[in-house]
Amino acid sequence: MKRILLFLPLIAAVILGVVLFAGIGKDPTRLDSALIGKPVPSFSLPALQNPEQVLDQELFQGQVTLLNVWATWCPSCRQEHPFLMWLSKTQGVRIVGLDYKDTRSDALQWFKDLGNPYEVTIFDAEGKLGFDLGVYGAPETFVIDRSGVVRYRHVGVVDEKVWKEELSPLIEKLRSDNS
Amino acid sequence: MFPELGQIALILALLLAVLLSVVPLVGSLTGREQLQAFARPLASGMFVFIAMAFGLLVHAFLTDDFSVAYVANNSNSLLPWFYKFSAVWGGHEGSLLLWILLLSAWTLAVAIFSRRLPAVMISQVLSVMGMICVGFLLFIILTSNPFDRLLPNIPADGADLNPLLQDIGLIMHPPMLYMGYVGFSVAFAFAIAALINGRLDAAWARWSRPWTTVAWAFLSVGIALGSWWAYYELGWGGWWFWDPVENASLLPWLAGTALMHSLAVTEKRGVFKTWTVLLAIIAFSLSLLGTFMVRSGVLTSVHAFASDPERGTFLLMLLAVTVIASLTLYAFRAPVVHVRSRYGSLGREIFLLLNNVLLVSATLLVGIGTLYPLVLDYLDMGKLSIGEPFFNTTFTPLAIATGLLLGAGIFSRWKKTDGGWLGRKLLWPLAISVIVTTAVVIGYGGFKPWAFAGIFTAVWVAVATFWDLSDKSRSRKGRLNGLKRQSRSYWGMVLGHLGLAMTIAGVTVVSNYGIERDVRMSPGDVATVGDYQFAFRAMGQRQGQNYTSQYGTFDVMKGGERIAVLHPEKREYSVGMRIMTEADIDAGLSRDIFVAIGEHIADGAWAIRLQYKPLIRWLWLGAVVMAIGGFFAISDRRYRIRDRAEETAATGTSPGKPLKGNAEAVS
Repeated sequence: MKRILLFLPLIAAVILGVVLFAGIGKDPTRLDSALIGKPVPSFSLPALQNPEQVLDQELFQGQVTLLNVWATWCPSCRQEHPFLMWLSKTQGVRIVGLDYKDTRSDALQWFKDLGNPYEVTIFDAEGKLGFDLGVYGAPETFVIDRSGVVRYRHVGVVDEKVWKEELSPLIEKLRSDNS
Repeated sequence: MFPELGQIALILALLLAVLLSVVPLVGSLTGREQLQAFARPLASGMFVFIAMAFGLLVHAFLTDDFSVAYVANNSNSLLPWFYKFSAVWGGHEGSLLLWILLLSAWTLAVAIFSRRLPAVMISQVLSVMGMICVGFLLFIILTSNPFDRLLPNIPADGADLNPLLQDIGLIMHPPMLYMGYVGFSVAFAFAIAALINGRLDAAWARWSRPWTTVAWAFLSVGIALGSWWAYYELGWGGWWFWDPVENASLLPWLAGTALMHSLAVTEKRGVFKTWTVLLAIIAFSLSLLGTFMVRSGVLTSVHAFASDPERGTFLLMLLAVTVIASLTLYAFRAPVVHVRSRYGSLGREIFLLLNNVLLVSATLLVGIGTLYPLVLDYLDMGKLSIGEPFFNTTFTPLAIATGLLLGAGIFSRWKKTDGGWLGRKLLWPLAISVIVTTAVVIGYGGFKPWAFAGIFTAVWVAVATFWDLSDKSRSRKGRLNGLKRQSRSYWGMVLGHLGLAMTIAGVTVVSNYGIERDVRMSPGDVATVGDYQFAFRAMGQRQGQNYTSQYGTFDVMKGGERIAVLHPEKREYSVGMRIMTEADIDAGLSRDIFVAIGEHIADGAWAIRLQYKPLIRWLWLGAVVMAIGGFFAISDRRYRIRDRAEETAATGTSPGKPLKGNAEAVS
């Protein structure tokens, strides 16, 4: 055995160290970079309140939009709901809902009980669009720019902190871009 | 004022740690004994101040001192006192302080229990421990001070301890785990000291062994506690997720297991030194890597503490300094061995070498699986997770191979074992194992190749262990007398291996024959899982000390008889509005029955998870048995009366002992 071989562990450790160093500061919860910067996947789904009306990706053209994935079976969505109501009423944000793997009657009852913060709600009973968006659970919220490109994804409840620190600055920026 | 005292105590501990890492080391290198003599008092002093800081943090928690930011973030006045106590290590800063407390406790233990060691050696070992303490004390003081105040706006109440952590499993899990992690620092310190003064001999291996074994025993229990906690608390009945942080604890365990075995060879036969010392460095480096991964936010995990780039960078620097310095020392100082193989074919050395090859392969495999997503991300090839399938398909064969080898290795002799003799020796255990395994597999309702392989491995290890025990305890004065004559370290090995067999059996049976069903049930419904019927009687509500709970009542029936009533819950914690699922379990040695409530679907119907988990307890009990084995091994007499034997040990034989008695513990 040569002494030079004894340096192998050191070399391996240094290489690993470089990789680990590069990993610091990246946010591991943003697993979904695949979709960011890409247009919303194409879809064709009915509106929740009006089953005759067919919605598609054109919905996201022209305005900065929050796409909120929710469902009546989701307790965190119930927790998030009042904040969305406040957002739509006072902040003038356009929010589109995506009712994910839900039943229509439950969802309509939910609006009756709690109010409706959404301009329009896509009804995705089988979770098709949710799948294409890579949703792992409700609630999730996407920021979509005026040309229909996904800019940001937030997993979990949107509350005041998330709004102030993550969503609001981004929306302001997207709105001021080439306007 | 108390929190400030805590901070001052930490700073004083840091000063003592700096002295400890310099003064005795300089003394040992220059041969000045009066400087070496500082090692023990400095180690004690450092421990006292760290313990004081820890005590003051405990005090802040128990007295609800919400002016301390860490207390305000992790406790609440409504918590019962024992959760206030365990909340001390419920977040990053406090758990780091616990880490340091245990590190200084190990340092103190080394100072106390190694009176017989040469002064040069002990001063170097304690100096190295002191250096590690300096690193972590700097880390806590500079980036993670648990005593930071929230002044002048003191919150009226705390943000509460994460409900997941309000649990007995979590009171115990981190201290046990850290005892293991930190314990490997002792083997590391011995390795560094031995490299510095060039004494990589049998005596060094003998000093390192008990420390390694204790650390390993704690780590075994710590991992098992974590797994047990995940099983009943996370609410879906899984007991191992190959989560990066679980892997982070498994990595030093695997390397530590390899180290224990390799130390045995180095002690008994004086070989594998270069390899053993590398393993000692690796085992502790992996402990540090685990700490880094949990606290830096580089990986996604249920365990991850809030990610903070500053802390991550600091820890990585600490890791880098430790690893690079020790591996550089290793590269220059480790002996370059030119031995012609003094260990003939099929000697016990060969079996232990293969054991090491397999364990290190397993370590590499888990390490690669854990870090691969990071590497991909670094190369900008996207984020992804390596899931369970990768680990299950690659880890299982290695585990089985290790077990099969173990069964044969137990019978082997040092230096040389006759192949024909070994083959004949293995015949009966082999036959018995095949029969028992077949019976077990049929009993559990069907042949599955992996189930057969896994159960066979467990049975094989157990049968071989008992067979060897029966061989060794044969005595003219009767069996009992023969059993009494076995050394504690031999018993340690027996228990260690039996524990492993239990764990393998539990893992195999529950993975292959467990049943889980997700069903939609309303009160009044009955669902069947295997031989068991679950009748959903009703939903009710109750009020806990800091939560409100909705709970279900389930009658579990088998063969028309009611065998258990279970009350799974959904709790809503009043502070922070967090919702927790509390599964209810009817536990037993032969099987667990598990019920958890999921979401409320509609009209009183709930998503319910029902599970039948055969033999699941064995996988944790096995770890406990392994740990008991570890404690048996270190209580062996030879670690106490050994001055005499110190020199002769280097030659690999103990005088005045028959060869048979010499085949004592290898584990």
